[in-house]
Amino acid sequence: MLDQLEQGPWPSFVTDLKQLAASKATVGQLLGQLEKSYRDRWDYWTGTVLNLSGYGGGVLARYSDLRDEFPEVAQFHTVRIIEPSGYVYSTEALRELCDISEEYSAGILQLHGMTGDVLMLGSDNQATHAAGEALMSKGWDIGGSGGALRTISCCIGPARCEMTCFDTLGLAKFLTDTFISELHRPEFPYKFKFKLSGCANDCAGSMMRSDLPLIGTWRDDIKVDQEAAAGFIEQNGEEFVIGNVVSRCPTRCISLRGGRLDINNDNCVHCMHCINVMHSALRPGDDRGATILIGGKRTLKIGDMFSSLLVPFMKMQTQEDWDALVDLVRRIWDFWTEYALEHERVGEFIDRISMTSFLDGIGLEPDPRMVKEPRTNSYIKFEEYGPPRFHGEPPQPPNVVDREVIGPEADEAAGNPNRQSGADEAIPDGGNAGDANKAGGGAKGAS
Amino acid sequence: MSFDFEGKTYETDDDGYLVNLDDWNEGVAGYIAEQEGVEMTEAHWEVVNFLRNYYAEYNIAPAIKILIKEMKKMFGPEKGNSAYLYNLYPAGPALQACKIAGLPKPTGCV
Repeated sequence: MLDQLEQGPWPSFVTDLKQLAASKATVGQLLGQLEKSYRDRWDYWTGTVLNLSGYGGGVLARYSDLRDEFPEVAQFHTVRIIEPSGYVYSTEALRELCDISEEYSAGILQLHGMTGDVLMLGSDNQATHAAGEALMSKGWDIGGSGGALRTISCCIGPARCEMTCFDTLGLAKFLTDTFISELHRPEFPYKFKFKLSGCANDCAGSMMRSDLPLIGTWRDDIKVDQEAAAGFIEQNGEEFVIGNVVSRCPTRCISLRGGRLDINNDNCVHCMHCINVMHSALRPGDDRGATILIGGKRTLKIGDMFSSLLVPFMKMQTQEDWDALVDLVRRIWDFWTEYALEHERVGEFIDRISMTSFLDGIGLEPDPRMVKEPRTNSYIKFEEYGPPRFHGEPPQPPNVVDREVIGPEADEAAGNPNRQSGADEAIPDGGNAGDANKAGGGAKGAS
Repeated sequence: MSFDFEGKTYETDDDGYLVNLDDWNEGVAGYIAEQEGVEMTEAHWEVVNFLRNYYAEYNIAPAIKILIKEMKKMFGPEKGNSAYLYNLYPAGPALQACKIAGLPKPTGCV
């Protein structure tokens, strides 16, 4: 049956493993067990735990139920190696991994698992310990299995991409270093994953694949280089721009007038589509940061879940910003580990206890934007793009200027206290709310 | 499976955990610890005694998060963290300390 997998136009792992089997007897028996599994439609592996000294995670132990038939794969463990930020390796590092894999395991490396780690497959009990020692002596570390934090993965970010809204690589390293104990030793109800994407293109697939996705965004206006835009239009034609940019904007906030791109930033949802198409002409704004979501996961207790919004915007530039994120994460972990059921991901936990209770538990003030779906109701408009507000903290003034108080009226309102005080006096003076309105209206009319 | 200690035979499961809870005493705990390569100090006994008390009360070994939390309450934050517990019991506080405490093997992934 395995031979059938070699047919067809695509590369096959069976071909690769057959080649490897020439030098590794383990791999030949692995194929034997797999063939039998396919025929019998049964999984002959028993999964359990093998701990390296001082570690509670990092090794997935697999014992074969067919150890009499395939003695070489009786113990076929997987070591989870923490990957570098953005999967950036030197060839030297890759050679190191290959050498260690060749020496201690079946010589199969998987780059990268769904979690974002490097998987080294096929070592027995003894070799697993030796492999751990060898990896650590070269500066690698292992972790991320069982009820523990998973290795933190991120998009390539500032290393290659000018659109990134925060330093994904640096933050991923910082989070790995900060939470290394949680990576090594399971102390959660179940797994917890971070994934970091520098913008809404979400190259790390964070929204559906992690419990706490960070997605880069900005809160000022999108930057338009009209000259470059004109060049783009000239080169590709107006029709192309209308068909691929203007009409594909999800909120229809772009228009093309007389060869100029006009963007209504109030309505922009920062989806990145126009920037992707016209990357020479458009750029994210300057006031960049990240949106924090919560609760993405695959099927477990309940079906697949997308994450939903937790914090609309947080700056991610300074050490203080990163520390504030760590504080938020610790609040989430404290509450979740205390009250979650066994094997309950944070998304399911929120689903069970409600977002209201969860926000109360982590001490975060509710915000109308903490909804499961993005905004579709145009009657709800959010002016405030502020950092998360914890219990007891006063509301922060909106940092986005209200359009209705721009202009001469606003100057007068700021400089002339009569309007406000007049309205206040009108009430105790025997007037009513109507008078107050009149007084206010009068002041306005006088301008 | 079983092992002999001071003239008595102790029945264990496949992984070496005592089958009968009542068989346990400090002597046999010391013997299991020796087999595990753990040198029992006062700090080690604190954990073992905590586990036994917890088991006596709830009839189940505590999850690791509860162990850490309760240790923190009783002995302070420097002892109530996973690094400290793994330092005492390198093969994992749940697996190794439960074995020494004569409790059944904990289920789950730790």
